[in-house]
Amino acid sequence: MAQMNMLQAINNALDLAMEQDDSVVCFGEDVGHFGGVFRATSRLQDKYGKGRCFNTPLTEQGIAGFANGMAAQGMKPVAEIQFADYIFPAFDQIVNETAKFRYRSGNQFNVAGLVFRTPYGGGIAGGHYHSQSPEAYFAHTPGLTLVVPRDPYQAKGLLLAAIQCPDPVLFFEPKRLYRASVGEVPEDYYELPIGQAEVIQSGADVTLLAWGAQMETIQKAAELAEKDGISCEIIDLRSILPWDSKTVAESVLKTGRLVINHEAPLTGGFAAEIAATIQELCFLYLESPIERVCGLDTPYPLALEKEYMADHLKTYEAIKRSVNF
Amino acid sequence: MANPNNATITTVHKAKFTGANALTIPSLKILKDDGSLYADATMPELDRETALRMYDSMVFIRALDERMLAAQRQGRISFYMQCLGEEATTVGSAAALDDKDMIMAQYREQGALRYRGFTLEQFMNQLFTNEQDLGKGRQMPVHYGSRDIYFMTISSPLATQIPQASGYAYAQKLRGLDNTTLCYFGEGAASEGDFHAGLNMAAVLQAPVIFFCRNNGYAISTPANEQFIGDGIASRAVGYGIQAIRVDGSDILAVYQATRLARKLALEQQEPVLVEAIAYRLGAHSSSDDPSGYRSKEEEDRWRKNDPIARYRLWLLKQGWLDDDADKAKTEALRQEILDALKIAEKIAKPELEQLVTDVYAEPTEHLNSQLKKLEDHVRRYPDAYPVTGGRVK
Repeated sequence: MAQMNMLQAINNALDLAMEQDDSVVCFGEDVGHFGGVFRATSRLQDKYGKGRCFNTPLTEQGIAGFANGMAAQGMKPVAEIQFADYIFPAFDQIVNETAKFRYRSGNQFNVAGLVFRTPYGGGIAGGHYHSQSPEAYFAHTPGLTLVVPRDPYQAKGLLLAAIQCPDPVLFFEPKRLYRASVGEVPEDYYELPIGQAEVIQSGADVTLLAWGAQMETIQKAAELAEKDGISCEIIDLRSILPWDSKTVAESVLKTGRLVINHEAPLTGGFAAEIAATIQELCFLYLESPIERVCGLDTPYPLALEKEYMADHLKTYEAIKRSVNF
Repeated sequence: MANPNNATITTVHKAKFTGANALTIPSLKILKDDGSLYADATMPELDRETALRMYDSMVFIRALDERMLAAQRQGRISFYMQCLGEEATTVGSAAALDDKDMIMAQYREQGALRYRGFTLEQFMNQLFTNEQDLGKGRQMPVHYGSRDIYFMTISSPLATQIPQASGYAYAQKLRGLDNTTLCYFGEGAASEGDFHAGLNMAAVLQAPVIFFCRNNGYAISTPANEQFIGDGIASRAVGYGIQAIRVDGSDILAVYQATRLARKLALEQQEPVLVEAIAYRLGAHSSSDDPSGYRSKEEEDRWRKNDPIARYRLWLLKQGWLDDDADKAKTEALRQEILDALKIAEKIAKPELEQLVTDVYAEPTEHLNSQLKKLEDHVRRYPDAYPVTGGRVK
């Protein structure tokens, strides 16, 4: 075990993956000698050479297309999109190509081992284009796997699992936790399961659900609620697609209440998918309407960021509304 | 780093713009219309067996196109795209490759597939999207692909295969393989951002990929002069730092030679290269298109005289490699063979219901399995409404 922040855990995962498998290759804008604008790929070029860790020209659609081609050949490209806000030029390559590669060829070709890593989320005064959480756009695309870690331990284990995954993975890294989240991380290789939610606190009155950096937010809200005598069950979804409806439903069957929190705007956000599914699975057990605490339906703002965010106080209020319904 | 701009700069002291057409790229032509060679042309190394395999592939594709366009008109298949007039571009280039070089195509490269050995049955099964289709009946007709013959499955979005080819070739290089990737696309697709992305990445990362542009004058109804005003596509490659050659796309010997040299260059120098073949899309864009609305019959007739098969056939006859009567009889027999195969393929059942949810992921997810189960129950309830699977759901 060692103390690592999330960036160090990611760097460590990439290092291990590259060490044990020659087909793992890292690339993107500024990931080479410089080691990435957040330093997630630090020292990898020195250690594994320019062939396996390199800068690309500044073209997201090119990075994604190049990654698709490498993966189709059988390599395991870990491509970085510098900010999730800039993944949209690659949307066509990811949605029409990456996601459909295996299906359209009748399983003759695939892009197993392909991972797109990208820093996402707000809370860092990033304004419109350094704050977005675009997971819901991709959740509408069969064939993709979406993963979001909440701390360094999760980041390493899930990233290593993503690289070994037989399906292409979009790996969203909560950038406001890059250095803020520090924890014990095993130095050896380990994987955490993709597609499984994790119950991180058991409770009786209401289920709280989030992912990534918002896990801290709902934990804070749960602490406030606990002072009021409300017992919260807290779940980290971890995988947005495919998502673990079973674990969430089991929890809601027990608590009868659900509050979902995400940073992205409310309308069309992934909370809507969760809410619809859970009302179908748990209809007779729900004691109150499912609450969604999300960003506003606006572009991500700069000056009023604090007001915009789906913070712990808004979540706390939603918990009280749900319990007192 | 002496020069972070990566530009060769010679300073001048009077303002001087470089002309938009400063770069004019000649077109390689070896074979005359009468089947003889230009006196100063260098004949590519080409043995009789390869030469005839090239010819057979061209004749096959023309016969297949003719039959299947008619089949689409009869409503027997939903869609078709022919490559009339462009047979030499794809057959000539595919013949210049090693069998294990990856081919990534757009959708008008049936000639390359045939040359690689894609069988008549495989063509038919894909066109009829039956249960023997290698793609499991999921894509529209003409979206072929075959792992066994290193031909990447085609997708409709234009130009997406271009940066993919760069990545595929880069992976071949990292693995130390003695193979390259050839990427086909039309001059319309070359306007997509993925063309820019793919070429620049291949150049910077030195990927041994051959970009092969079929410049056939039209992207559906849009003539090339509304697509770009530079000197074709080849001139762009030079701007990316990529060596380029232009060829007469109706001259299969020129296409073959240019592609062989391009392959040698890509592998020896470990860098990309571009071939632009100038031809003409004699047919409609697809079975959903009627070119009479946007171009003249005179123009078509002019190009019809430029038939790549007729020209090559004259050369083969002059070589004594082809017997006129035997060839005619063989072509006639081929038409019958195609018709027989069509009749068999259209009777083969469509894929089973389960194929809807397999291969979305390596294994169907729980969500997909539950969606399939619901659907099976539904189809069982209304079998007549779903004639393809209605009687088959157990």
